[in-house]
Amino acid sequence: MTSQDASVMLRPRAEALGARLPPLLVAAQHLAQSIELGEHGRRQSGQGEAFWQYRRAQPGDPAHRIDWRRSARSDSHYVQEKEWQAAHSVQIWIDPAPSLAFASDPDLPQKRDQARLIGLALASLLLRGGERVGLLGGAQPPGRGRLALSRMADHMLNAGDDAKLSHAAAVPHARQIVFSDFLGSLDETRDFVLAAQGRGQKGVLFQLLDPMEEAFPFQGRVLFQDVSGVLTHDTREAADLRNRYLDRLARRKAELSDLAKRAGWRFHTYHTHQPPSSALLWLWNAIGGPAR
Amino acid sequence: MSVFGIGFAAPWLLLGLLALPVIWLLLRAVPPTPRKQVFPAVTLLLGLEDKTAQADRTPWWLLLLRLLAVAALIVGFAGPVLNPDGQATKTGRLLVFVDDFWPAVSDWAQRIEAIETQLDNAQTAGRPVALVLASKTELSGVDQTVDWQAADIWKASLAGLRPVAWDAAYGTVEGWLLSDQATDVLWLSDGVKRDGRAELLSQFEQLGAVEVLEPPSARLGLLPAKLDGGDLVLSILRSRTGASADLTIEAIGPDPEGVERVLLSTPTQFNENADRVELRFTLPSELRNRITRIQITDHRAAGAVTLADDSLRRRRVALLNTVGEREGLELLSPLHYLREALATTAEIIELPTLSELIKASPDVVILPDVATFSDADRASLTGWIEQGGLLLRFAGPLLASADLGQGVTDDLLPVRLRAGGRVVGGAMSWGDPRALASFPESSPFFGLTVPDDVRVEAQILAEPGPDLADKTIATLSDGTPIVTRRAIGAGQVVLFHVSANAEWSSLPFSGLFVQMLERLAVSSQGAARDSVALEGTTWVATQVLDAFGQLSPQDAAAGVPGNMLVNPVGPSLAPGLYADGDRVQAVNVLRSDSTLERTDWPAHVTTSWQVDEKQQEFGPWLLAAALLLGALDVVLTLMLAGRLRPAARHAAMGAVAALALMTTTTSVEAQTDTDPNVLEAAGIVTLAHVLSGDADIDRIAQAGLKGLTDQLFMRSSVEPAPPVAVDIENSDLSVFPMLYWPLTDQTPIPSPDAIVRVKRYLAAGGLILFDTRDAGVGGNSSTSRRLRAVALPLGLPLLDQVPHDHVLTRSFYLLQEFPGRYRGPVWAEAPPPDAERAEGMPFRNLNDGVTPVIVGGNDWASAWAIRDDGRPMFPVGRGQAGERQREMAVRFGVNLVMHVLTGNYKSDQVHVPALLERLGE
Repeated sequence: MTSQDASVMLRPRAEALGARLPPLLVAAQHLAQSIELGEHGRRQSGQGEAFWQYRRAQPGDPAHRIDWRRSARSDSHYVQEKEWQAAHSVQIWIDPAPSLAFASDPDLPQKRDQARLIGLALASLLLRGGERVGLLGGAQPPGRGRLALSRMADHMLNAGDDAKLSHAAAVPHARQIVFSDFLGSLDETRDFVLAAQGRGQKGVLFQLLDPMEEAFPFQGRVLFQDVSGVLTHDTREAADLRNRYLDRLARRKAELSDLAKRAGWRFHTYHTHQPPSSALLWLWNAIGGPAR
Repeated sequence: MSVFGIGFAAPWLLLGLLALPVIWLLLRAVPPTPRKQVFPAVTLLLGLEDKTAQADRTPWWLLLLRLLAVAALIVGFAGPVLNPDGQATKTGRLLVFVDDFWPAVSDWAQRIEAIETQLDNAQTAGRPVALVLASKTELSGVDQTVDWQAADIWKASLAGLRPVAWDAAYGTVEGWLLSDQATDVLWLSDGVKRDGRAELLSQFEQLGAVEVLEPPSARLGLLPAKLDGGDLVLSILRSRTGASADLTIEAIGPDPEGVERVLLSTPTQFNENADRVELRFTLPSELRNRITRIQITDHRAAGAVTLADDSLRRRRVALLNTVGEREGLELLSPLHYLREALATTAEIIELPTLSELIKASPDVVILPDVATFSDADRASLTGWIEQGGLLLRFAGPLLASADLGQGVTDDLLPVRLRAGGRVVGGAMSWGDPRALASFPESSPFFGLTVPDDVRVEAQILAEPGPDLADKTIATLSDGTPIVTRRAIGAGQVVLFHVSANAEWSSLPFSGLFVQMLERLAVSSQGAARDSVALEGTTWVATQVLDAFGQLSPQDAAAGVPGNMLVNPVGPSLAPGLYADGDRVQAVNVLRSDSTLERTDWPAHVTTSWQVDEKQQEFGPWLLAAALLLGALDVVLTLMLAGRLRPAARHAAMGAVAALALMTTTTSVEAQTDTDPNVLEAAGIVTLAHVLSGDADIDRIAQAGLKGLTDQLFMRSSVEPAPPVAVDIENSDLSVFPMLYWPLTDQTPIPSPDAIVRVKRYLAAGGLILFDTRDAGVGGNSSTSRRLRAVALPLGLPLLDQVPHDHVLTRSFYLLQEFPGRYRGPVWAEAPPPDAERAEGMPFRNLNDGVTPVIVGGNDWASAWAIRDDGRPMFPVGRGQAGERQREMAVRFGVNLVMHVLTGNYKSDQVHVPALLERLGE
C-alpha cells in the first residue's frame, strides 16, 4: 500500500471518527439538559464569585477588603463576603473490558456506549456546575469548561480504553465514578475502593447490565462464549442453569453493594434498556447528595 | 403389483424402506448441534455442571417423525394407486352414446367425469372412440357419420359438450352404424323413457357388448302452471317412484322495485310411490301477475322450470259505468256484453267516474258510448294513455249524436267521425245488414275466422282521409271501417264503430268478439293459447331458456309463426318467452300433457352408475405429508435447541398448522358473523364512509371522518366512535346515521341488491352525503355522470340548492355556505313548492324531516382530514382565509351530523316562544 493510498484511507476513517464525536457530545449534553441544575453554592461565606453578605470589618481585616461604597452609607466599615464556592474534582472511569462491547439486541445500545453517554452527560452537568471533571487514567487531570468535555469525549472515542482502575492515577479528594459491568474479577475493584477509602475519596460503583444478562432466556443446548471468544461454556440444557446463574449474579451484586456501603460509596445497577436520564439523575444525586 | 387393493407404479422403490433402520441408527448417533451464544456473563457460568442431559440425544418421537417422513417419501414415490383398474383390457372400438337431453342436466358434471374415465381407459388400451350425442341423431338421422378418433382428441372436446334444452325421440341408427368391426357400446342414459330406445338398443347389441350407465336418482319436471278459478295449479312429476322426497317450489318475479326475487317459496313432498304432486296456490292477483317463472329450488334443469305468460295473468280492465245498476235493462246495457266477455279472463273494475278509474291504474279502460269529457278527465286520460294505457271505446247513440271529432281530430278518438251515423239494415233502410270482411294481414286480428252470422246494422262512419286505411284494423264487407286504432305515446286508442250492446250489431254475441278482445290484449285467455288463437300471428323470442334452466335475454331473434309455438320444443323451437306486441307467450319444455317415466330396459341389460369409484392416486398426498412432517421436524428441532422465542414459536406452529390445513382437502366453512364494526356502531354513533374503490380516496375519507369525529368530540355533546368504512355491497347499513360517499369516475355501480339496501336505508331515515370532489363543477364531468348512474336507481326526491333558510344552516352553527376544500354549490331535497314563511317565524318550514341526500363537490373529507399527529392532512385555501374556510368546513360537518341526529328539531325551536306564550295563558 502506497503512502497515498494510506492517506486516502486515513481520511474517511478520520472523518468517521470525527463524525461520531459531536453526536455523542450532543446526546450527552442533551441528556444533561434534562436535569435542572440547582444553586450550587455552599450556603456559607468563603471563596467564590457570588455576593454572600456584608459584615462589619473586624480588626485584622486588610484594608483592601473593605467595601467603601457600602461603608460610605453608614458610620462603620463593612467588608463584603463572598459565598464559598468550592469546586470538586470528579474522575470518571469506564471499564475497558471487552465484555462491555455487547448488546443482546440490535435495538439496544452496547453497554459501553451507554456508559460513555451517561458519563459524558454527567461530566457536562458537573462542568455546568463549575466542577472539575476528568477521566481516571486520562492524559489530562480534571479540568473545567467546555474544553474539558470535548477532551474527555475525544479521549473516550479515540484513545484506547486501556486505563487500569488504579488509585495511582486518582487525584486526591476527587470523587470516583466507576462504570463497569463488574462481571470479571472483583479484586481490582475491591483494591481500588479500599484504597480510595483510605485516602478519603468518595465514589460510585455504577454497574451496567444488558437485559439478557439479567433474564438468562436460554434453553436447550447452548455454547456460551464471551465477547472476545476466549472463554466458553458448553451446556446441554441451558434452562437448567438459569436459577444457579441468577443466584451467582445476585450474590455478586450483593458483594458490590456491601463493598460500596463499607467504603461509604454508592452502588447502582442500570440495565441498558432503561432510559439513561433516570440513571443520570441517580448519579447526580449520588454525587451531590452527601456533600450538601 | 397390488397390496391390499393398493397398486404401485414403481414397486421396486419400496425396497428403500429397508434402509429405515439404518437411518434410525444414524439419527440416534448424532445429537443436535449446539447453538453458539455470545454472552458476556459467561464468567458467572464457569463451573456450573449440567444436571440433566435431555438434549443429549434426539428424542425418540422426533426420530419417529423423521422416519415417518422418509417412509412417506419412499412410498409416495413408489406411486400408490387406490382401486387399480382390474378390468381385463378390452380391445376394439368403443362407441360412447350420450343422452344429452334436458333430463341429463342434473348430473351433467358426473356424466362428463364418467366419460372422461372411460376415455382414459380407452386411451391406455389404444382403442378408437366415437362420441355420439343423442340429440344429434334426432337432428340428422341417417346423415350422421361416426367419427372414429383417438380417445385424447375426444377428451379435449369434452369440456365443450352442452346438453340441449329439449327432449325428443331417438333417431334411427341404421345409416351410420353399419360396421363389421367389433364395437363396444357405452350408453350414458338419462333414465327417462323415450321412443326409439328399444330399437336403438337392439342395433347396438348387434355391434357388440352394451354397457349402460344410468343414474339411480329420479328426474324432476314441472308442468306449466294453470289457473283454476283464480288459483294457481302446479304439477310436479318425477321419473321414478320410491321413497318420499322433499322439495321446494319457488316462484320468481320482479318485486315492486323491479328487482327480480323469489316471490313465493313453498315446500312440498312426493309421497311414497307417488310420481306426481299437485300444488294449489291461492294468490292475490297482484302477486300472481308478477310471477315470471316457477322452478324447483336447487334443481337446475330446463324441465324443472316453467315460464309464466299471459295465461297466468289477468289484465285489469276498467269499465266506466255511468248508469249504475238498473234492473230490467240488463240486456240493453252496453256493459253487459263486455262484462260477460271479460269476466273469466280479466279483472274488472267498474266505477262511475273516470278520475277514480285512472287512479286504480288499470291496463285497459273501456268507455262504452261516452262522448264528452271534462277537461280534467281528458287530461288525466291522455296522460295515462301516453304512459302505455289502452283506451277501448265503443260507439253508440251518444257518440253518434255528439258533434265531436268532426273537422278536427279528437285526442281520444282514433279517427275523425262523420256526424250522424249509418244504418245499413233494418226496417227503415234499403240495404241488408253487412257482414265483416276477413281481416287483412296487417291487422292484429289476422288469422281469426269471421263467423257468417255476425251482422252489422248500424255503425258510425269515419271521415275519409289519407291515413284512414292505416288506422283501420277491421272493415265491413263494403270496406267501411268497423274497428280503428291510433297510437298515442306508448299507448293506443281503439274504437269499435258499433255499440257494445246488441242494438247495432250481433258482434257482441259472437265468439269473435272475445277473440278480438284477446288479440287486443284486453283480456287474456284463461288457458294457454291454442293453435287457433295463434293462427296468423308472428312471435319473437325475447328470452330463451337453456338446458340448465337459466333464462337469458335474446336480442334480434327471427320471428316464429304463431302456430309453431304449440309444437313441442326441439332444435327449431327453443323454450323461452315469445312476445307479440303486448302479448307474451311462454314456450315451456314440458307441456301440460307431458309425462316423465323411467326407462324400461329389457331384463338382460343391467344398468350401473359407478362414476365415483375411480382409481385414485394418492402418491401426491403422501409426498405432501412428507413435506409437512419435514416442516414440523424443523420447528420441533429448533424448539429443542431453544432457538425459538415464544412469539416465533407460536408463529411457527401456526405456519405448520396452516400448511396442514392447506394440504388437506377438508374445507372449513367460515362462519359468517356480523361484522364487529357493525356491532360497535349499533351501540354508539359512528360515522361511516362508503368504499369508493380507490384506496387513496378511502384513506382520505377515513382521515376526514376521523377529523370530524374529533371535532364533534371537542365541540358538541356528540361523541362518536372512530369512523368505519362500509362496503355498500355487504355491510349492514342500518346502524349508521349517515354515510359519506366520495365518488370517482371509477366508483363501481352498486348491484341491484345493494340498491335495494341503500333505498331501505334512506327510507329508514339514513342520510348519504355524496361528494364528487370536483368543486361542484358538475355539468357533464365523468364524476358527475358516475354520480347520476349511482343515484339514478335510488329514486331520490327532487333536489335543489340548499336554500338560505334550510335547517342545515342553523342546526348547530349559523352558516351561510358549506365549503369543504372547495366552495361549490350544495344540493339537498327541494323544499315543497308551497312552503311559505309563516307569520312571526324567521324561517320557512321547509323540510319536515331530514333530507335523504346531500350532494356536492366540495371535497369535505380533505378539509376535515387529519394526520395521525392531529394536524391537517391537506392545505385549504391560502393563509388565514384558508384556515377560516377549514373552520367553516368543520362547522358544516358539525351542522350536518346535528341535522342527521336531531332532524327538524332546530326548525321546531322557532315555535318555542309561541308555545311558551300559550303556556303562560
